[in-house]
Formats: sequence, structure tokens, C-alpha cells
Amino acid sequence: MTPETRRNRSRLAGGGLALLLIAMIAAFMTLGATGNWSFILPYRGEKLLTVLLVAWAVPLSTILFHAISDNRILTPSIMGFDALFVLIQTLLIFFIGSERINILPVQGVFLGEVLVMTGFAMGLYGLLLRRVAGSLELLLLVGIVLGVLFRSISGLLQRMIDPGEFLVLQGRIFASFGGADPQVQAMAAACIGLASAWAFWRLPAIDVMILGRSGAMSVGLSHRRLSLEVFAIVTMLVSASTALVGPITFFGLLVAHATYRMLPGAPLRQTIPVAGLAGALLLVVGQVVLERVLGFDGTVGMAVEFLGGLLFILLLIERAR
Amino acid sequence: MIELKNLRQNYGSRTVVDVDALTLPEGGLTSIIGPNGAGKSSLLGMIAGLQRPTRGQVILDGQDILRMPRNRFARRLAVLRQDNSINARLTVRDLVGFGRYPHSRGRLNACDVRHIAHAIKLVALEEYQHSFLDEMSGGQRQRAFIAMVLAQNTEYALFDEPLNSLDIKHAVGIMQLLRRAVDQHGKTAIVVLHDLNFAARHSDRIIAMRDGKIIADGKPENVITTDVLSKIYDMKLNVLKQQNKQIVDVFGK
Amino acid sequence: MTGSIAADEPGLRAMPVWQPVLALALLALLAVASLLVGSGGIGLSALLNDPASAKLFLVSRLPRTLALLLAGTASAITGLIMQRLVQNRFVEPSTMGTVDAACLGLLLGVIFLPDAAPLTRMAMAAVASWLGTVLFLLVLRAMPRRNALMPPLLGIAYGGVIGAISAFIAWQTGLMQALGAWTTADFSIVLSGRYELLYVAAGVTALAWFAADRFTLAGLGDDIASSVGLNPRRVLALGVSIVAVTAGSIVVTVGFIPFLGLIVPNLVSRRVGDNLRTALPMVAWLGATVTLACDILGRLVFYPFELPIGATMGVLGAAVFLFLLLKRHPR
Repeated sequence: MTPETRRNRSRLAGGGLALLLIAMIAAFMTLGATGNWSFILPYRGEKLLTVLLVAWAVPLSTILFHAISDNRILTPSIMGFDALFVLIQTLLIFFIGSERINILPVQGVFLGEVLVMTGFAMGLYGLLLRRVAGSLELLLLVGIVLGVLFRSISGLLQRMIDPGEFLVLQGRIFASFGGADPQVQAMAAACIGLASAWAFWRLPAIDVMILGRSGAMSVGLSHRRLSLEVFAIVTMLVSASTALVGPITFFGLLVAHATYRMLPGAPLRQTIPVAGLAGALLLVVGQVVLERVLGFDGTVGMAVEFLGGLLFILLLIERAR
Repeated sequence: MIELKNLRQNYGSRTVVDVDALTLPEGGLTSIIGPNGAGKSSLLGMIAGLQRPTRGQVILDGQDILRMPRNRFARRLAVLRQDNSINARLTVRDLVGFGRYPHSRGRLNACDVRHIAHAIKLVALEEYQHSFLDEMSGGQRQRAFIAMVLAQNTEYALFDEPLNSLDIKHAVGIMQLLRRAVDQHGKTAIVVLHDLNFAARHSDRIIAMRDGKIIADGKPENVITTDVLSKIYDMKLNVLKQQNKQIVDVFGK
Repeated sequence: MTGSIAADEPGLRAMPVWQPVLALALLALLAVASLLVGSGGIGLSALLNDPASAKLFLVSRLPRTLALLLAGTASAITGLIMQRLVQNRFVEPSTMGTVDAACLGLLLGVIFLPDAAPLTRMAMAAVASWLGTVLFLLVLRAMPRRNALMPPLLGIAYGGVIGAISAFIAWQTGLMQALGAWTTADFSIVLSGRYELLYVAAGVTALAWFAADRFTLAGLGDDIASSVGLNPRRVLALGVSIVAVTAGSIVVTVGFIPFLGLIVPNLVSRRVGDNLRTALPMVAWLGATVTLACDILGRLVFYPFELPIGATMGVLGAAVFLFLLLKRHPR
């Protein structure tokens, strides 16, 4: 595939997806609306914003993660990143209590959470990636079990806090695509914006990570430093998206692979925008078809988990053959 | 000039490389030979700064390479390792383009594009430059990786068994290519080779290793001898002479 | 093929007599503790003199302790059987879709036959988990067996996919909470009259005792099993049936205990090896012991409130699973 055909292809894919997305957003905003437009449009707009933020952040984090971990099955959520974020939120409520947290400025708390999360994730997964890097299967299984462990600890602690606190916590971590607190939304948007800017600045270098550790080093990349940077970016993205809609395991994998299929061998600066568009389209179509047309409220996440889970199984089988 | 000082690499309690002192001046084609597990690849990896020695230093023009900014180092020394599996789908041209990363930081200019095209031409892959690596034969892929190192256009180029999976025509072609780079452009090539006849024919200097230690080091006619070879391979190999060059009868006795 | 091959098993002979005695004493101690510990603490004298206490004891404490013993033993043994049959240390009903399939079956049962008797519901759960397990095994058979970590990976993902279907249905029908209860074991709900189905599980797992040699042989591979005159498919079908019925009855009554069937056989195997005849009694004992201990712990840690065993075992089980994974692959 020549660079020209590839560029044309990614423009075509991007353009097509963008057109479809606009049409779908129009449908999303207007379909099945009865009553006062001045109420419906802002309400749906807020929801749409959440969807778009997540549709951008999750595939971006997944593709970056694929680039540094030198394979295309691992994703941050499969490795338990979002479960870790939930655990940190739970620990916060458990040990500090919502009242004392509510005194603090929301921005500060969010920033603190992201920092703690980044530090913890870097330590833990840095160790893990170094220690068991030899076997992808082991890494996957350890990641999945680690996710289960984090969820179990969160679950255990959640049973031990009093019901009032639990409600506060629930509001913080079990949000669905139904829309998030505007303040959280603004924070998450800022976090995602920052992480994306950072990622795009480093994109030419991250592209080189495809060569693997020694390949990247032999063309002059400080592999270790860049890995840490990308880790931090990924953690910021996961924290923001988890704060918005809660954990979603297979969404990133699904969108990333759809994009890889569309644009084989494309550099990240072409892959990522197309993935963002594809992710947004998937979620908006899901909302329109499942919720507006079929009337299954709140089920987009489950449908994505179902399809993504199947894809994960297929990828595993393909790998084993 | 590259100097190794007290270089040692341990894996657990096993010492795989133990070199007190070695100097690799600029210019010339140096081959490293030795049986499996002699420490050739580890030595090469340490010279390229890809693995950290347990003890000792590798010094490039008076500076410890591990203290050098990686990017500056990569403009002076390029390396091709043995295991070049890439999980992602990549075209030949993209791969070779990565060789220009130290110079352009990922934003290719016209000069980079010229280097890339030239490198692809040198390994005779023009026809396949837009093909994906995973759709090519092992030999073509190997040539693509060699082209990437060539595109990096460094004074030093290190190759770990570059002739792997190449047929005889391309193997000879690559060795002649390296020879030309050394003779006409003043490059320095350091190559791990398994094939003794290739080493004998094309090298200016041969380093023979065994059990992490350097057993012999010198001109081909001094290293490729029945005596030295039996020390490193534990078998008697006849060395014949033809047109003033050594030919090893690799079938042993 | 009924002759015992365990007669000259070294592990059995090497074990001193006092070990099983001590083990059983520990189990008995825990059982007594389980009878006496709870939010309405019962002393021995109250039990004898106060009719209300005696009633509480008979209706709640005794059934709970029995349920713990039955479910713990059965879960651990089903894990062991599956590990032998799949020839993989890391499978158990919750890492191969069996539990999720059982939940799906139960969910459909609740929706389509809302008035069904508990036994019918259990049957539906068992049938669904049988089908789900067999489908998984067929997929597994079609794959090359190179990597020991592949079956649990695939199984967990497979369970997740089935779980997503169940979640979708449960969400639409307002049964999310019930679904959560089936996958998180909680013995505080056990009352006399609501746990007896567990005897089915116990009865079925007792079958495993008689078929132990067959499972051991089947675990050595189809070729070896066939060469000694076993029909590997029949053994597999028997094993899957035992596992399915057990999973069904546990899911219907108390909810599944995560990872118990994984960690117990692994811990036992590290000590005495893989011959089922030696391992079975120890697996049964350790399963019951761990379950009892975890449940008692869950009652005490947050007294007077209770933590369900599903939550405590989730943490403990995942931690031990991680340990087993990383220990087995030292760098």
C-alpha cells in the first residue's frame, strides 16, 4: 500500500465516518423527542458530550497502549486500569468519607485521584510488564485476575460503608452513558484534552515503538522514558473516561481493531482520529438504535461488552493458531 | 573509536560475556564468530547500548554510551538484531523510514525520502516497497531490516547474523554491499556471522569468541586457521587457500 | 475399570495418622464456631434453656453450617474434576462459562416459568450450564493445546459474553439484583427449607468419588484412556454433568463461590500431587474448611453486619489465583 493510497483511504474513512456521525447525531438529538425543545436539546447535548468524550478517550488510550506494549490484544481495561480507578475512589470514600471530600474543591480532588492513580498504575503495571513481559497470555490472565481482585476489594469495601456514603460513591463510579455531573464533565474534558495534546506531541516517537524495545532504541528512542510518558497519558485518559461512564472493558478493543482493519499499517496520526470517529459513531448508533428505536434503555454498554467479548475470544483463537 | 573496558554480562550466576579490553577503531569490516552461546549477541547488544552490562563500560569517542543521549547515539551507531518480529502491519517503506527517525524525529523531509529510496534500492526491494512485511518472505523481510539500518546512515553499523534466511545470492549481495559501504564511504561495520567462509572472505578483522571470552582477534589469515577454529568449535576443520583467501572445509574430519 | 490404582500411592502412605485426625478436628471446631457465631449470639446454655434460641439454631444456624459444608465441598470437587478433564490447572466453573450459563438458564427459568418449583429451576440452571460447558469444551478441543493459560483466558472471556447476554435480559426485566445474588455467594439467606437442594449437589459430587480413577485416567489424555478401555467421551460427559448439576444447585440456593474450585485443588495438588483418589478427600476437606472459615470471618469482621462469602472469597480467591499464576512462572 503506497503512502498516497493510504492517505486517501484514511481521508475517505474519516470523511465517511464523519458524515455518518453527523447524521446520527442529528437523529440522536431529535428522534423520539416530545415536548419542550429548549429542555430536550441541552439535556441531550450534555449526554452527547459525554459520549463523544468517552468515544475519543477510550480508543485513544487503547491504541497508545497497543503501541507501547507491542501487541494488539492487551488494553488498559483488560489489564484492570478502570477497576483500579474505581478501587481508588472507593478507598477515598472509605477512609476519608464523603463529607470531608466535599469540602475540598472538585478539581483538586479529581487531580489528586488522577495523580494517585497514575503513580499506582505506573508502579504496579510497570513492574508487571517488566516481570512477565515474556508471555502475553500470562500478562492477560494476570491483568484480568488483577481486575477481578480490584473489583472484589471495592465490592467488599462498598458493603462496609454506610448506605448514605454508598449512594455518593455510586454517583461517582456507576454512572452510565446517561450523562454525568457537569463539573465532572468539565474536569474530564480538560484531562482528556491535556492527555491528547501530550499524546499528539509525542506521536512521531510513539509510532517508532512498533519496532519493539530494541528496535526503538536502535533508532535513538529512550524507550523507557517514552513508555512511562505513554503510561501516564493512558492513565489520565482511563481515569477521565471511568469518571464519566464507569468501567467499560471491551469498547477500546472493538474500536481499535475496526480501525486497524480499515487502515492497515497506517501511522498513528491517521489511525487515532479515525478511531475516535468510529468510536463515536458506534456509541451514537448504539444509543439511537437500541434506546430510541428499540426502546432498550441503558443497554449500549452491554451490547458493546457482548461484541467486544466475542472479538476478544476471536483474537485469542487467532493467536493460538 | 569504540572501546570496551572490563565488560562483563551475567545472567544469574552465569557469565555470558567477559571481555577485559577491546578496541574497535573507525573503518573496516569486523566479524565476530563463535559457537552458539559464545556471547556474540550479548556483546553486540552491549556495544549498541541495548542491554546494560553487569560491569564495565562501552566508550564511544571518550564518552560512556549509556550516558549519551539516545538520539545522538543513534545518529552515530545503528544496529540490527537477530529477532526482528514486528506485531503490527507495516510496509517496507515505513520500516525503512523509521531508520531516519534519529535525524528527522518522525517528520520526514526530502533528504530523508532520498535516503529511504536509496536504501531500498541498495537491497533491491523497490518492487516491494509498498508491500506489508508480514506478506513477504523471510529473506525479503531481512533485507528490509538491513535497508532500515542503511537508511540510518551512521558511521557504525552493527549486524547480528544479517545473512539469516537469505539465499546465497542475496547473502553475497549483502556482504558486498557492506564491503562497498566500508571501502567507498568509510563506514565501520561490525557483523556477527555464523558462516566462516563469508567471514574469511569479506572481513578486515575477525574476533573469535567462546564462553564469553575472546579467543582470537586479528586478520582473517591469522584467525581462520585449523588451530584457532578447533579451539572455539571443538572440532578439526581444514583450512584451504585459494587466491590468497582462506576457505574452510566445513565438513570437518 | 474399577480396580483402584491408588493402592500404592506414596502420598497416602507417607501421611502420618495424626494429620487426618487433626484436619477433621479443625473442621469440627470451625463447624461448632459457625453454629455459635452470629448477630444474635447464642451461648450453649441459652440453646438448652431458651426455646427461641433453640428455634433460631434449628432454622438458621444449623442449616447455614450444613449449607456451608455442602457447598464448599461440592465447589472444590467440581473444580478438581474439571481441571483433570480439561487437563488444565486454571479452569473451574467460573473460569469456563459454567456459572454464567447456569445463571442465564436460571434467569430464563424465572422469566418464563415464574411459578416453577425450586427443583425445576435448578434443573433449568443445570441444563443451561451443561450446554454452556460443552460448547466451551468443543471450542477448546478445536484449538491447539500449546499454552496452559489459554483455556482460562478464553473461559473468562466466554463467561463475560454470556454474562453480557444475561445482564441485558435482566436489565430489561428488572432482575439485575437477582442476577447479582446468584453470582455472589451469601449464606446469611440460608434458612431451613431453602438450602436442601444442596444435598443434590453433595450427592452428585459423591459420584465423583466412585469415578475418581476414570477422571484421573481421562486426565492423562484420550489415547491413554482409550488404551485402558475407557470411553473418554463418556467420562467427559459424566464429569460435565456432575459439574453442571452442582453449579445449578449452588447458584439456585446460595450463589456461586468464586474461585474456590480453582484455588483449593491447586493448593492440594502442590502438596500431594494429582492422583484423584489421594487428592479428593483433601480437596473436600479443604473446600469445606476454607468456606467455613471465610464465612465465619465475614460474620465477625464487620460485626454485627455480615459480609457475604462471595465478597470475601472474591478477594481471597483472586489473590491466591494471582499468586499461583506468578509463582508458576518465576522469572
